[in-house]
Amino acid sequence: MGKTLKEWIFTTDHKRVGVLYLIGSLAAFGVAGVMALLMRWELTTIGPTLTENPSTYNVWLYAHGAVMILGFQIPALTGFFANYCIPLMIGAKDVAFPRLNAFSVWLFYVGIILAILTFFIPDPPDVMWTAYPPYSTITSGNTAFYTFTVLILGFASILGGVNFLTTVAYMRAPGMTWNKLNIFVWCTLAAFVLQLIFVPVLGTAVTLISFDKYLGTSFFDPAKGGDVLIYQNLFWFYSHPAVYVIFLPFIGVVYEIVATFARNRVFNYKMVVYGGIFGIVGLSGVVWVHHLYVTGMADWIRIGQMVTTLLISVPVGFTVIGLVGTLYKGAISFETPMLYALGVIFLFLIGGLTGIPLALTSLTLHLSDTYYVVGHFHYVMAVAGTFAIFGGVYYWFPKITGRMYSETLGKLGFWITFAGTNIVFWIMMDIGVKGMPRRYYDYAHFPQFENAHQWMTFGAALIGVGFALAVINWIVGAARGAKAADNPWGSQSLEWTTQTPPPPGNWKEVPAIREEWDPYAYARP
Amino acid sequence: MHRILVAAFLAAAAQATWAENAIKDPAAGWDRLWFEVLVDITVLGVAFALVTAWFILRYRRRNPNEVGRAEKLTAAAAVGWTVIPMFIFMADDFFLAANGWQLWNAYRQVPADRLEIKLESGMYSWDYTYPNGVQTQNVLKVPAGKPVLLRMTSRDTIHSHFIPDFRVKEDSMPGRVTYLWFYPQKPGEHIVTCAEYCGIMHSYMVGKVVVVPEAEFTAWYTQEEKKLAETGAQKKGV
Repeated sequence: MGKTLKEWIFTTDHKRVGVLYLIGSLAAFGVAGVMALLMRWELTTIGPTLTENPSTYNVWLYAHGAVMILGFQIPALTGFFANYCIPLMIGAKDVAFPRLNAFSVWLFYVGIILAILTFFIPDPPDVMWTAYPPYSTITSGNTAFYTFTVLILGFASILGGVNFLTTVAYMRAPGMTWNKLNIFVWCTLAAFVLQLIFVPVLGTAVTLISFDKYLGTSFFDPAKGGDVLIYQNLFWFYSHPAVYVIFLPFIGVVYEIVATFARNRVFNYKMVVYGGIFGIVGLSGVVWVHHLYVTGMADWIRIGQMVTTLLISVPVGFTVIGLVGTLYKGAISFETPMLYALGVIFLFLIGGLTGIPLALTSLTLHLSDTYYVVGHFHYVMAVAGTFAIFGGVYYWFPKITGRMYSETLGKLGFWITFAGTNIVFWIMMDIGVKGMPRRYYDYAHFPQFENAHQWMTFGAALIGVGFALAVINWIVGAARGAKAADNPWGSQSLEWTTQTPPPPGNWKEVPAIREEWDPYAYARP
Repeated sequence: MHRILVAAFLAAAAQATWAENAIKDPAAGWDRLWFEVLVDITVLGVAFALVTAWFILRYRRRNPNEVGRAEKLTAAAAVGWTVIPMFIFMADDFFLAANGWQLWNAYRQVPADRLEIKLESGMYSWDYTYPNGVQTQNVLKVPAGKPVLLRMTSRDTIHSHFIPDFRVKEDSMPGRVTYLWFYPQKPGEHIVTCAEYCGIMHSYMVGKVVVVPEAEFTAWYTQEEKKLAETGAQKKGV
């Protein structure tokens, strides 16, 4: 690890670039998390609680969504984990294009600084992370900030995609065949394929928004021959696959943790990779209309995409079966990373199953745009993904820092967050089914939900405390933790075979992969 | 195996109920389908959770050097573990899709004996126009026992006319006309709320559906029509 600031700024080492991604995305997580707490505080009572101005609340809502997805989850998963782990897992000395890699991490910093400037400009964007026109083109908020944040972060992500696809294709250690790759490597490759295909579509959509607002074009203005729905189609054509850009790497992280702590072979590896991961990539581009069930799209496409949406349960089911199957005949121990991983299985089970009603067009006519949807996607993607990220950071913490964190503090933080999560999002789904609409600054005409809102605020505070404990644990551990062994968990995976922390270039000599080696081969016959 | 049986049982039971009473009221159909889907996902969720919990308890590490003993699956087992779950999931998917589609048809096929009302939404109000030209704002008065169809558009941003009690919403957008219908059967008041982020005061965009007995509605309706004719005549006179 570098000691001087200059070494960090000019670094092209994939591990340091990864750590830079982690620091940036955790900062973004902190900001967006505070936004969530402010919103929950505001919703504690009917009427104005924290701010008199609904606009302020709407800016928090915008920042929470946009920064969590674009500034935290995607960069943490495809930036930090991919950078740190992939070259180590495939036995490479670095990525294929180290300087491009350094460029993309600094682009990412420009992107999150732009996103955080939202709070310092006089007319912050208040367009939600979806930025639907016509509102996004007539608001007095500065939609251009949104456009440029998306473009810059998207560009950083495309560079990452080019880099990692090349790295895995050409830089695997001798003997590292495709079927010996870690599940995480497959998942991240799939996520980058999705980014490369779909990010340009999002870039187009948000650019046209700014053209409409600032240059007087009328792509989305029906009065001048445009159409408001084109934007929603373009936006979700990217943003539904974006859910898998988050899901795939996070489930990959969970696979690594579960296989290591169960010391067990991944159950039905080929089903998981060629059925689960490939299946998700294949179906991800034909389900976006389930975000537009209540927009008056043609019936045939709403019904057609109801069927494709339901069929997503097949590949997703494969990944869950593979995960649970990996526990079978394992030797499971329950350190902090494993708790987070098992937490993800639980949260994802609830989140995935509560998505099934939302796949049905007819049920969505009631559920769409209510708290039920918000509860569902927090379970399935937002919190499950964040749990996987936190579990993953705990898991690779000894490798990254060369030190151990506090196990007690780690477990305490996990249980507090886990309790808070279920309080907030279970109640949220419940009042959503009863009719509570989302994106409400005030719920004056739903006074029956005040008590539920207060419980949710309490739960949100718990989540905040739990995550704060984890971050404190890392900071203290990195500074003063006990020295870690090279392979403290007894994992078979390649990244644990190098020294801790790994030197520049990763290996003294590039590891030769034996025929019988496999990242999950624990049982010795 | 028991999952297949439960699914088959549910399918049979559900098909029987659907066939007996075709859906006249989408809201009632919604409640029924919601319950069925809840049973379906609860069975799946509990099955998965129990298996996971059992594995966690049964296979915990007993001494520090223990490793997992899972064998590599044979080719036949690997294919079986792929194909069988696939068919179970797909069976459930198509069962749900069929029921969802049937209810969808009920939501989209409007009975002929309907009251058809135009809605124009704007920041931040719902403006209704009745067939006879009578206009109301934020209060939609309708007779009990008659299906109501709303043909909707918007004059500014996108709104979504959400009536939780009737389990229905649809966006209203500039430049497009969308529709929804519902079937009020008993007199009463039902909240209408905006479900698509439409601007700063989104959360205050509220109205109500007031369902009144048919006689009362007719009286109000003709009276309003008369008023409208008078003001129209006055305007022409001027």
